[in-house]
Amino acid sequence: MPLFQISEPGESAAPHQHRLAVGIDLGTTNSLIATMKSGMAVVLNDVEGRPLLPSVVRYRADGAVEVGYAAMRWRAIDPRNTVASVKRFMGRGRQDIAHVESMPYDFVDAPGMVRVKTCAGEKSPVEISAEILNVARARAEAHLGGELVGAVITVPAYFDEAQRQATKDAAKLAGINVLRLLNEPTAAAIAYGLDNAAEGIYAVYDLGGGTFDISILKLSKGVFEVLATGGDSALGGDDFDQRIFCWALEEAGLSRLSPEDAQLIMTRAREAKEFLSHHEKAPITVKLGRRAAADHAGETPETTIDLTLDAETFTDISRNLVDKTLKAIKKSLRDAGLQAEDIKGVVMVGGATRMPQVQRAVAEFFGREPLNNLDPDKVVALGAAIQANLLVGNKTGDDWLLLDVIPLSLGLETMGGLVEKVIPRNSTIPSARAQEFTTFRDGQTAMSIHVLQGERELVSDCRSLARFELRGIPPMVAGAARIRITFQVDADGLLAVTAQEQTTGVEAHISVKPSYGLSDDEIAAMLKNSLAHAKDDALRRALKEEQVEAQRLIEATQAALKEDAHLLEAQEIAAIEAAVTRLQTHILGDNRRQIALAMDDLAFATQEFAHRRMDQSVKRALAGRKIDELSDLDDHLHTRTEKEARS
Amino acid sequence: MAVTLTQQAAQHVANFLQKRGKGLGLRLGVRTSGCSGMAYKLEFVDDAGEDDEIFESHSVKVFVDARSLPYIDGTELDYTREGLNEGFRFNNPNIKNQCGCGESFNV
Repeated sequence: MPLFQISEPGESAAPHQHRLAVGIDLGTTNSLIATMKSGMAVVLNDVEGRPLLPSVVRYRADGAVEVGYAAMRWRAIDPRNTVASVKRFMGRGRQDIAHVESMPYDFVDAPGMVRVKTCAGEKSPVEISAEILNVARARAEAHLGGELVGAVITVPAYFDEAQRQATKDAAKLAGINVLRLLNEPTAAAIAYGLDNAAEGIYAVYDLGGGTFDISILKLSKGVFEVLATGGDSALGGDDFDQRIFCWALEEAGLSRLSPEDAQLIMTRAREAKEFLSHHEKAPITVKLGRRAAADHAGETPETTIDLTLDAETFTDISRNLVDKTLKAIKKSLRDAGLQAEDIKGVVMVGGATRMPQVQRAVAEFFGREPLNNLDPDKVVALGAAIQANLLVGNKTGDDWLLLDVIPLSLGLETMGGLVEKVIPRNSTIPSARAQEFTTFRDGQTAMSIHVLQGERELVSDCRSLARFELRGIPPMVAGAARIRITFQVDADGLLAVTAQEQTTGVEAHISVKPSYGLSDDEIAAMLKNSLAHAKDDALRRALKEEQVEAQRLIEATQAALKEDAHLLEAQEIAAIEAAVTRLQTHILGDNRRQIALAMDDLAFATQEFAHRRMDQSVKRALAGRKIDELSDLDDHLHTRTEKEARS
Repeated sequence: MAVTLTQQAAQHVANFLQKRGKGLGLRLGVRTSGCSGMAYKLEFVDDAGEDDEIFESHSVKVFVDARSLPYIDGTELDYTREGLNEGFRFNNPNIKNQCGCGESFNV
């Protein structure tokens, strides 16, 4: 006999039709699982009533795996086999991971993604995440009494292709059907029911343990669009603990500490921070030097620090941390071309937003009280659950489409090492754009397609995602072939690129599952660089373009000389060749003006030659034709011109 | 003629209604479908129907439409927990047999 949940009026599911779905917030520190019960999103607790599933996995020598609280206990004792914060390694190479040397893990630099050597063998971040998701799935199925149809899993808005793909792979490995990957800020907005709110622009302020993210969302006709994202991947609640820690050392006049004592003060600092969320003063009392005195007699004298931290002092010592978040908000607003007054509502996410000074600063900045009545630790999972319920079709209603954005522009390499952006940054997904490209050389039958991600103008400054080749282009003169390249980013943010030659239909295709991704720091750095170098890049781009154009002119001239040298006198040939040589010497330099002048010279030197060639080809074309055929030829020429104009 | 809630069930319904922020009460009903002929309906009520019978059980209003009533008359709705799973259970004295999973039944 099944257990029933209450449905909305008129929405009772037919028997066997209610489809079980959950939302999973796969977090760096903790994960949460939520579902819809009787019209309400609820977080699913474990058998002991705890909502959090610590994102920690421990591998044992006997092959058994422990996940969550069971694994967390071993972090200090068995650090090499107990992996925490695996989310930071998803889709990353070893060189992409910050502070890799300070981590206790034995990293192996496998192709594509880093691996961790444990006593149960080498484990990839995908496998480790799959262990967490496996436990999440088991918890969901125990709660719901049946097999899951699917899950919505949340990811940071700035996650790149590789990180999203790795998350999907992990879910697949855990036997979870991913209904959709949903951006965390969007999930939070859904949890607050902003999708049913008035149209407008909303901000999601997410201050977690170690990261800060700000997202600007636009809601129109029930659809969310991420306008901009920003933040600081090394700023979080832990930094506030650190401030209290430093303050305590200074107040107590301590300098050298044993690691045990430092850990102890840090723990008290965190407790004081949490206490101050609901009180005006917090006591910090720590007995120090006990372990040290026993181990190395006399090294650290036994002392007791007994301090009281009041809210005002805490606000003062943490002011510049809060200011840093405000700065990031300003930047994101600028990115989106908005002012603080344009924001209709602010959603608070992450445990660190419980701090009153954070709430106050955000309220003051936006001139309105933030939304904070849901548990900031759970809000992302709750939103994912609501979305999952809709996606499996349990709710009859309007179709829901969620839009997110591409964090970095996607483009192609063109001649001269330049990047042509096909999908610009902050485009909404899903998205598909096509552009036509052509061949550079006469008779070119293959084209190498190099897919890049980044904001800079030159290939060397962007990140390579994939390369593939389109073969079987029919030989034609340079610029005649029409190759349509389509970039398609699906709802999960994964990229597929197709190249098709338009006359023959030959096609090549690649799904970009890049070997490894970029860290959010790198994305931030790339964006910053692109702004800093914008002028520089524009100049370099102009130079490169001039060089490519000059090279093309030289090749065209040489091809013409080879074919039609008989139309010229010897001294005319010499003049043209001299102009070619002059241009060739300038092409290697970096003076764009010189190249332009030399190109003008060459164009001038070949003017007469071009006339004679034109006459010759017209004569050939007209030989033995009738008048009506001539008008056909005219039409044909027109069509050609139109096509060129379009491409 | 009556349909009742256990104390447990009534309390949960009251909680859900409060969190939902609107609703007159709880609707119990049946409809024809499923592999054994009939299936239960369990919904919030925003508007009462013309042919609704209304019962009150532990201060919660229970709505049953006239056509459903014969099939579920005497039913007691309970709220139980099975492991981690929890939800409402129909204790319906009219059932002759039900499909394997119990989601549909006939009388």
